[in-house]
Amino acid sequence: MSGPSTYEPKTGFEKWLDARLPLPRMIHDSFIDYPTPRNLNYFWTFGAILTFCLITQIVTGIVLAMHYNPSIEGAFASVQRIDRDVPFGWLLQNIHSVGASMFFLAVYIHMFRGLYYGSYKDPREVLWILGVVIYLLMMATAFLGYVLPWGQMSFWGATVITNFFSAIPVVGLPIKEWLMGGFAIDNSTLNRFFSLHYLLPFVIFGVVILHVWALHVAGQNNPDGIEVKSKADTVPFTPFATVKDMFAVAVFVIMFAVFVFYLPDALGHPDNYIPANPLKTPPHIVPEWYLLPFYAILRAIDFNVGPFDSKLLGLIAMVGAIAVLFVLPWLDTSKVRSMRYRPVARLFFFVFVAVCFVLGWCGAQSPDRVIYQAGVFKIDGEALAATGQPIRFEVEGHTLAEAEKAYGKQRGELVAGGATPKKYTITAPFQFMVTQLSQLLTAYYFAFFLLILPLLGLRETPNRVPETIAKPIGAAAAAAPDREA
Amino acid sequence: MLRHLLFALALLAAPVTAFAAEDVAHPKDERWSFEGPFGQFDRAALQRGFMVYKQVCASCHTLQHLSYRNLGEPGGPFMAHGKWNKAEAKWEDIALGPPSHGGRVIPANDNPYVRAIAAEATITEINQTTGQEITRPGQPRDKFVSPYTNPYQAAATHGVEPPDFSVIVKARHNGADYITALLTGYQDPPEGVKPPGGAQNLHYNPYFAGGWISMAPPISNGSVTFDDGSPNTPEAIAQDVVTFLTWASDPKAEQRQSMGLQVLIYLLVLAGLLYAAYKQVWRNESH
Repeated sequence: MSGPSTYEPKTGFEKWLDARLPLPRMIHDSFIDYPTPRNLNYFWTFGAILTFCLITQIVTGIVLAMHYNPSIEGAFASVQRIDRDVPFGWLLQNIHSVGASMFFLAVYIHMFRGLYYGSYKDPREVLWILGVVIYLLMMATAFLGYVLPWGQMSFWGATVITNFFSAIPVVGLPIKEWLMGGFAIDNSTLNRFFSLHYLLPFVIFGVVILHVWALHVAGQNNPDGIEVKSKADTVPFTPFATVKDMFAVAVFVIMFAVFVFYLPDALGHPDNYIPANPLKTPPHIVPEWYLLPFYAILRAIDFNVGPFDSKLLGLIAMVGAIAVLFVLPWLDTSKVRSMRYRPVARLFFFVFVAVCFVLGWCGAQSPDRVIYQAGVFKIDGEALAATGQPIRFEVEGHTLAEAEKAYGKQRGELVAGGATPKKYTITAPFQFMVTQLSQLLTAYYFAFFLLILPLLGLRETPNRVPETIAKPIGAAAAAAPDREA
Repeated sequence: MLRHLLFALALLAAPVTAFAAEDVAHPKDERWSFEGPFGQFDRAALQRGFMVYKQVCASCHTLQHLSYRNLGEPGGPFMAHGKWNKAEAKWEDIALGPPSHGGRVIPANDNPYVRAIAAEATITEINQTTGQEITRPGQPRDKFVSPYTNPYQAAATHGVEPPDFSVIVKARHNGADYITALLTGYQDPPEGVKPPGGAQNLHYNPYFAGGWISMAPPISNGSVTFDDGSPNTPEAIAQDVVTFLTWASDPKAEQRQSMGLQVLIYLLVLAGLLYAAYKQVWRNESH
């Protein structure tokens, strides 16, 4: 679509169709003759991998929907029936549930790729924004889908997520009730979630078409982040990109298959094999792994600021973590796209990736889990001996419970010895918990977008960027450490 | 090697599944016939395990997503093979296990072992002609009969509803190891540890979250006697019933893993061919 069309209709039918609906011309220009930068690395195969994931989810999902029963009495049993009695139902169900994780794995690599090589910058802002829209739709679809098996995590995950909306002032509660279709998560919730779970993938499909369209107008970015200057910089999409994409998809499917056939439940939570019970809250409610970093950001805000309570602020932080991606093209001030030539930015980027991973870890932990503790809990007590002499006693424990137990024991011995306990003080050690770690990481997450990228672009000195893709030889290319052979 | 790889992959999921299990004893890592990418259920253990379920567990724990026919389906505990006598329209040379030279798997609905097991159950249903409640012997097509007439009765009888066993192994962290540890882990509470609220009907078990479980120790030495003379220590009984419950939770596991091997071999060859094609296509292009 970029550049003049090279399609030449050969047969009479092709000429006839070309004058009426130039579909073959579009396919030829977009997927056959389309000029592809010749220096693309394997990170550029994730577009094909993601297309594969979307089609896989839609095809398996349509068949699963033929066997699924969206009612609170029948949902759990119908998934069991799919796994046990529907011919190859176990295979479809595993592909679909593992497929959701694979889809997110691929989309995260795709997004980090875009971040690293500056694929969101002029002229690809709309391309990037459409990508973020797809990502948002994917999260909504995945959440809705996770509710459908109607296990404990389905139910309580839905409870937690719909509760977010009640944090919005004034309109929050009506929105929540509108989403649930009632005053609690119930049959009406499950029905509408199923309906929307079936709808949204097709919306994603539509936005994917726009995403690909925008890509083919602006042209692909490349690891050097420089514009295509001449025909020497590119190769035709077919066969060059096609064959590389096919190889990459095959490797991806191998990993996919290992999970489907050997570890189908490794990425899920055992509690979702317990039927939903509104009267029994699981000890830990956690979302699927791909939403954990955002869950950690949500829970990191455990303090109120002025009139805003922590619940609303947490929601704002979580929504903001995604919203910031929409304005990223205008936050990054650097004229150089690829971080290959931005050594300082590259460092901050790798820290950012690590921060996202550790946020994911935080999201899976209990927020009050102690990561580091300086010292021990101490309880100092005082007692009066039978003789009237004051006795001091001091106990220690790694946890407060341990210290209290030791204190109780000593106190008991003293009382038995005729002493009268008077008072005690507890000294708590400094504790660094998951919540504090999440706060630090959340601060970096936002600082990366709101401070580092805007300021760094103005202040840093990038390495020399090569003139063209075809001849990247020079000091700049030699200095680039991640160049592929 | 593959086991290590799978283990490494499983570690990827560790942040999601590994919870700080406060004050709960960690179950011992047991050896299982079905473990690993090439694991197969020990068929004799499956059959013994079913007997344990029937004699010990079934009085309280349902198996509501299974039908009797599942027991005789390929891979099931009572899968049987035989030779079909066309002239007399019946199965001959019937024996348990997968088919050996010349025989075929007997369809679960014709499987005499399964029919006998199902017939021991009594099904209560409404006669659709008379509208009267009737009882009849079970058929392989029937779901496992629940010991309760309604879901509330279970909770009313036991205080808490005993969990259904259909997917119990998948529904617990460390599934098979955990249930084995729980079954054999009853002990006297440590000094000073009292049941919450001084409840009388709770039993101490360090593997159960919170340490106190409503279920009385279900198995003891010799509490089940096996026809094949297998050992019936509590550990052996637990191993057998957990093998059966693992099968019940995931009856397609063997089929899944053997198909997985074929799929992976196919994909590896495909990926190899595509890599060669990629090298060939790009041989004259710098990139």
